Amino acid sequence: MAEISKDLHTEHMVINMGPSHPVTHGTVKFLATLEGETIVDLDVEIGYLHRGFEKMCENSTWQQVIPYTDRLNYVSPLINNTGYALAVEKLLGIDVPERCKYLRVIACELSRLSDHLTNVAAAGLELGAFTAFLYFVEARELVWDLIESLCGARVTVNYVRIGGLKNDLPERFEEKVRYVFKEVRRLWVDVDKLLTKNRIFIDRVRGVGAISAEEAIAYGFTGPCLRACGVPYDVRKAQPYLVYDRMDFEVPIGETGDNYDKYLVRMEEIQQSMRIVEQALAQMPDGPINVRLPQVRMEPKEKIYSRIDSLIYHFKTVIEGIKPPPGEVYLAVEGGNGELGFYLVSDGSGKPYKCRVRPPCFALTAAMPRLVKGRLLADIVPTFDMINMIGGECDR
Amino acid sequence: MLADLIESLAKIVFIFTVNVGVFAPILGWVERKQSAVMQDRIGANRADILGFTAIGLFHSLADALKLLTKEDFVPANANKFFHTLAPFIALVPAIAAFAIIPFGGRYELFGHEINLVIADLDVGILYVFALAGLATYGTVLAGWSSRSNWSLLGGLRASAQMLSYEVAMGFSIIGIIIVYGSLRLTDIGAMQEDFFRWGIFLQPVGFIIYMTCAIAENKRIPFDIPEAESELVAGYFTEYSGMKFVMFWMAEFLEMVTISAIVTTLFFGAWHIPFVTDAMLLSWFQFAGPNGAAALAMLVNIVVFFTKVSFFIWLQMTIRWTLPRFRYDQVMRMCWKMLLPLSLINLSITGLVVLLL
Repeated sequence: MAEISKDLHTEHMVINMGPSHPVTHGTVKFLATLEGETIVDLDVEIGYLHRGFEKMCENSTWQQVIPYTDRLNYVSPLINNTGYALAVEKLLGIDVPERCKYLRVIACELSRLSDHLTNVAAAGLELGAFTAFLYFVEARELVWDLIESLCGARVTVNYVRIGGLKNDLPERFEEKVRYVFKEVRRLWVDVDKLLTKNRIFIDRVRGVGAISAEEAIAYGFTGPCLRACGVPYDVRKAQPYLVYDRMDFEVPIGETGDNYDKYLVRMEEIQQSMRIVEQALAQMPDGPINVRLPQVRMEPKEKIYSRIDSLIYHFKTVIEGIKPPPGEVYLAVEGGNGELGFYLVSDGSGKPYKCRVRPPCFALTAAMPRLVKGRLLADIVPTFDMINMIGGECDR
Repeated sequence: MLADLIESLAKIVFIFTVNVGVFAPILGWVERKQSAVMQDRIGANRADILGFTAIGLFHSLADALKLLTKEDFVPANANKFFHTLAPFIALVPAIAAFAIIPFGGRYELFGHEINLVIADLDVGILYVFALAGLATYGTVLAGWSSRSNWSLLGGLRASAQMLSYEVAMGFSIIGIIIVYGSLRLTDIGAMQEDFFRWGIFLQPVGFIIYMTCAIAENKRIPFDIPEAESELVAGYFTEYSGMKFVMFWMAEFLEMVTISAIVTTLFFGAWHIPFVTDAMLLSWFQFAGPNGAAALAMLVNIVVFFTKVSFFIWLQMTIRWTLPRFRYDQVMRMCWKMLLPLSLINLSITGLVVLLL
């Protein structure tokens, strides 16, 4: 036997998966070393979507950063908007009106819905379950219709403002929400039937990409991937922002941290997000949506055109920008993939001195080699799907 | 002699038209429309001729036109000969397999006996397996000759999968052969005149194993690991374009028809309507005279046969659009550890029962 194997010349096969490969949505490259079908080594190369977000922020006023944040996690842009605005408001030391907080919660949860729906759908698609994919994409379309009616855009929403919001709820929004959630719940049940107890699906995802809670924390996991390991860490519960402390919702956790648990956690969070939106709509008080601080949030156009002080403030905030006091601040919100943090430094000028983003999927992507090494080539697919790396956020 | 020749030619033309001319393009359309229905979509409906869309049927025509005019791309360093040969090896067996499938009974027409099968081979089903074995070469050659890592991995997966499933598939059919005591498909078909002698009642386990293995042989979801697009881009036909690509695509669809036809012939009464024998059909159509009755009975046979075939095609498509795909090792484990032992057990029990009766 030893004789034979000595003569048999074998070598590892190195293949480039990506940056343009069906599994590497979000544009990333895997350099996989294969022995047969087994992954001996995996290198993850990120940066294909690097746009210099942090540097761009330094050259724009505080307010002008908001459209850039849309492009971070482009599946849930409203959360990025909100996270950034909250961080700047913390820097300014201001608090937004109650109604604004509720509206932001609604916006965030709608975004989270679209994020999780897309993620589960894509996972189904890449495992070959095309029908499940389209069911959830239909649900996501409905959620995006809601977002469109709220902010006028589907992806590049640019909805949240420092110290307020672009606009209040559109007419008959609650009715639309009721209709959409009814449909989403129906589609959720369909996908649940198609996947959750499907033997083939379970075989593909259970036990694959498992990681212990300690290791996950060491890697810096947050969000659904950490919760799947059994750690009930959710920024919305741990450090409640906006009005999350008044919402009644549960944080689903898994046990093993494998892809099946990540899937189940996301499926349950879809339900919880819908609960939060419904509660927020029911509890929401009337009132203004913007702070009454003309040096931070622009006043209505009628005032700007008719009052000289409003006009001056408008001119100053547009040309010079809002001027937070010098200092630094870190604020995290629960993004679609986990803790989305903004670290802002102000030197007292109208532009950020530094705007650092803590992207949740950066830490998750870093664990890819650990999760798939020694497993089969096909295991990259569900593992990477459940990591849910979003290029815009990871590469910035 | 001349009559025989005409008869054979007519049957070949008929089957060829039905398969290549009707089933392959229509199946492309059916697959689009059925997946659309299952997924809450409308499906292909845009291609039109002078404003008529014919519920999207012209898409097949548009596809054919597009693919015919596409560049035939051969990668640098690929083995050009085998790269060109592979799609032919994949497609030809898929078409040829239909030669032995009976689509109707035996009738007397104008004093000439007509058997509704192109070639009534006494080795029958073995011929189908031989051709299925050949089709493997097309896939493997395509994977190997493309000189692409994806194609190579796809080809390797395909060879392992197709060879393994052929074994289990072969054993699953032996049960049927024992029960009917013949390899000749026309005999097997004729013996299923009695509804309670249909293969599905005599060999239910054999049917399930055969159906599973056949889908695996055809490499469709959930067994499409040789072409798993999220892992291997397109697997063994990654480097194919234009008509060569279509040949793989057509081979897949035609194999689907062949599988359905074999399932119909072996397990679901071939061309028979339950409780209706060919003699009964002839007596019902007596009003049309002896020749007319035979022609009408033949027509009924053919319609019944292809209705059944269509049902099994529909079944395969439903499976295709419902399930996710297996992983490579799971496919192999399922074959060697589950289907093969199961088919062996099925075979031994069948043998024992036949011996005792």
